[in-house]
Amino acid sequence: MDFILQPWAWYIGGPLIAISLLLYFYFGKNFGASTNFETLCTMAGAGKISDYFKTDWKERSFALLFVIGLIIGGYISSIYLIPEQTIDLNPNTVQELSNLGFSNIGNQYFPDEIFSDEVVFSLKGFLILLVSGVFIGFGTRYAGGCTSGHAITGLSSLQLPSLLAVIGFFIGGIIAAWFLIPILF
Amino acid sequence: MKNIKFLLLGIFFAIVLSKTQAISWYRFYEMFRFESFHMFGIIGGAVVISMVFMQLFKSGKIRDIKGNKIYPEQKKKGFYRTLIGGTFFGLGWGISGACAAPIFVILGFKFLPALILLIGALLGAFIYGLLSKKLPN
Repeated sequence: MDFILQPWAWYIGGPLIAISLLLYFYFGKNFGASTNFETLCTMAGAGKISDYFKTDWKERSFALLFVIGLIIGGYISSIYLIPEQTIDLNPNTVQELSNLGFSNIGNQYFPDEIFSDEVVFSLKGFLILLVSGVFIGFGTRYAGGCTSGHAITGLSSLQLPSLLAVIGFFIGGIIAAWFLIPILF
Repeated sequence: MKNIKFLLLGIFFAIVLSKTQAISWYRFYEMFRFESFHMFGIIGGAVVISMVFMQLFKSGKIRDIKGNKIYPEQKKKGFYRTLIGGTFFGLGWGISGACAAPIFVILGFKFLPALILLIGALLGAFIYGLLSKKLPN
C-alpha cells in the first residue's frame, strides 16, 4: 500500500507510459490523445459548419472511452491515491516563482495563481486558461499530434515530422516559461 | 462492449500520469526551464522503451489482438505545419501546464479550470478545421 500512495519516480513512469502505448497498439489502435478534440467538435455539430469535421465519430468510440477512462482515472487518483500533492521542486524553481508572487509553491499539483476558483472567475484568470486551451487545440491539430502522438509515438518510431513538432513544443514552452509567465504574473 | 478495454487503459494511463506528477503545472514549468530531470526522465524513458516495442512491431514479434501486424500511423509531413503548430501547442502547454491527455485527467482533479482548458482546446481544434486548407504546410 505504501508504494501506491508514494509519488512514483520517473523510472517507474517512463516504462508504464510505454506499456500504455504498447497496450493501445496491441488493442489495434494508434496511440494519441489530441485527435479527440476533433472528435468532440464533430459530436458538438461542427460538421454543419465545416466539412473538415464531417466524420463518423462512432468510429472513434474506442478513443472516447479512453478519454472517459482518463477522467475517471484522474478522479480516482485525486480522491484515493495521492494523499500528499507535495512536489519536490528545485530550490531555484521555488525561488523564481516566489519572486513572481506565487505562494504555496509545490505544496499541490496545481498553483492557486492559475487554478483556484477565485482566479478562474476573474477575467484575467479565465482568459489565461481559455487562450492556453485554444493554443493547445489549434497547435496539436495543426502539428498533427501532442505529447503522446508526436513526442512518444512519433519519436519512438523515428518519424522526422515528430522531431520537428517536438522542437516546436519546446520553442513554445520555453517562450512561455521564460517570458510569458513572468509577464502574466 | 469490446471497447471497454480502452476505458480501463484510460484509467490506468491517468493513474500513471497522476502518480508520476506528469500532470502538475510545476513539473512542466521546471521542465521548460531545464531545472529538473524528472519530466525528461519520464518522457525520455517512455520514448526509449517504446523504440524497442516499435522494433518488435516491425519485425512482427508483437502483433495486435487479432494477430495483425502493427503499423504506427505515418505523421503528416510538413515543415511549417509541425514547427508552427508545435510552437502554438508549446505556448499553451507552457502557460497552463497541461498537454492533451492531462487536460482530461485534470478534469478529475480541478474540474472547472480543466473544463475551461477543454472548451478552449475544442475551440482551437475548430479554428484549425476552418483554416486547415489555407494554412501553410
